[in-house]
Amino acid sequence: MAKINQNAAPTETPDKDRFSTLNLGPTHPATHGIFQNVLKMDGEIILDAEPTIGYIHRAFEKLAERRPYAQITPITDRLNYCSSPINNMGWYMTVEKLLGATLPKRAEYHRVIIMELSRIADHIICNTIIGQDTGATTGFLYLFQFREHIYDIFESICGARLTTNIGRIGGFDREWSTETWNKINDFISRFPQALNEFNSLLERNRIFMDRTINCGPISAERALAYSFTGPNLRAAGVDYDVRVAQPYSSYDDFEFSIPVGSQGDTYDRFTVRQEEMRQSLSIIKQAIAKLPSGAMHADLPDFYLPPKEAVYNDMEALIYHFKIVMGETDVPKGEVYHAVEGGNGELGFYLISDGGRTPFRLHFRRPCFIYYQAYPEMIKGGMLSDAILTMSSMNVIAGELDA
Amino acid sequence: MSHDTLSELLSKQFNTSILNCTTDFGMRTYTVALPELYAVLKFLKDDAACNFFFLTDLTGYQSADEQHLYVVYHLHNLQTNQRIRVKSQMPIQKPECHTVTDIWPSANWMERETYDFFGIQFKGHPRLKRILNVDEMDIFPLRKEFPLEDQTRDDKNDKMFGR
Repeated sequence: MAKINQNAAPTETPDKDRFSTLNLGPTHPATHGIFQNVLKMDGEIILDAEPTIGYIHRAFEKLAERRPYAQITPITDRLNYCSSPINNMGWYMTVEKLLGATLPKRAEYHRVIIMELSRIADHIICNTIIGQDTGATTGFLYLFQFREHIYDIFESICGARLTTNIGRIGGFDREWSTETWNKINDFISRFPQALNEFNSLLERNRIFMDRTINCGPISAERALAYSFTGPNLRAAGVDYDVRVAQPYSSYDDFEFSIPVGSQGDTYDRFTVRQEEMRQSLSIIKQAIAKLPSGAMHADLPDFYLPPKEAVYNDMEALIYHFKIVMGETDVPKGEVYHAVEGGNGELGFYLISDGGRTPFRLHFRRPCFIYYQAYPEMIKGGMLSDAILTMSSMNVIAGELDA
Repeated sequence: MSHDTLSELLSKQFNTSILNCTTDFGMRTYTVALPELYAVLKFLKDDAACNFFFLTDLTGYQSADEQHLYVVYHLHNLQTNQRIRVKSQMPIQKPECHTVTDIWPSANWMERETYDFFGIQFKGHPRLKRILNVDEMDIFPLRKEFPLEDQTRDDKNDKMFGR
């Protein structure tokens, strides 16, 4: 009988034979966008990840230094394109802060309705895609009807669906039509039931829970260290929401609660977003119920196109029309930071104006650029399939990530 | 803590290093001498009374005379809901400043972005390389010396509009 040496050390295999390198992305169908991660794998376990970003960098901050203020709005559309109206409104509010403009309540309430609708659209995309990535296609196809419905509402307000460029600096260009209001009312009456159905498909579903609980978790401490904001931070248990911390656009007029999670895992991020959609719906209902009368825009003739009739018949209006179209409006000097609660976190605008027609410097605080750097830490030690799920639950939007 | 108490505390701690203190649109801005910048930021994070534990934003910009670069930090104390801005100036010939990645891990990519666009060297950064632009790029594109449009074109004459 051969003698077996019990104490022999296992033969060392060099790293390159034991571990494999996997190039996930940049254009992988499972990552929903242009994301590249070079993964170091031990079988199916992820040991390390190295994200590469910048594949769709479009130099927005440089472009903004050449454009008049009104022409920067289309740039903001293309940051987080799942909730463009929030970006638009955030940008308008930054400029209004610099100009010292106060908006009539009516315009602010309309803004709130638009922003909450787009928050719902944003969360629909993110949550249904979490379902999709766990293998549940039903919810994705079912709830996308309602995202379509929201886009129809945007279309009837401003003519565009995805990259909206909605409203103006100072408010809105016109009253919303009856058709728009009918669509909004239709949405409010039909959406809650669909949301509940979607919820019952997944929230207490054994397979879904097994798949998402403890998948890509992050503690509140680490989340704060990585400057997480939005639903991802709230899922980790920190109740920070810009709408409550620094209320803008009359958000302090409405009653709503901030849902928080406890584990900061995929399941918590999912449930936080589900509840946020219900809260958003309640905010929209309150805004419609309390809708004040008055003007739809602030008294800012420099940024508000006069009615066409007036342009043809009135010298003053013609001058303003020309100045707005050519972007010849100077703004005061100053340094402003304004933040709004975007679909995936605190969207900030840091604007330095030297008094000219274009910003001297404009920096976008893009929430997912900042929290995406925690991604390697969140997926380390997990399975490859969990990494895919973690990414979709973090709501990383390539357009915002790469600016 | 009110803005004034914080200003007093900072000027007591750092004396002459706080060069300037202004309030724009409700946000207090401290301009700090570059050598003391790291110490000031560390104090703002670690001091129990200040407790600015959340780094909202980190970016840079170039001064209008093109001779200086600025690095700008937006800090937030989530408990008292107070925001402040800290900035520091450096000459464009020697754009160097200490990293804050050991204070806030989130500064990692934001410093890489600032390096990428302005060429500010963050000393002690674990991996300071370009993040959004290609590695082969040899300019820092957000500096004012790089105009956005091709200056050799003459079909876009803006002189009529006084610019």
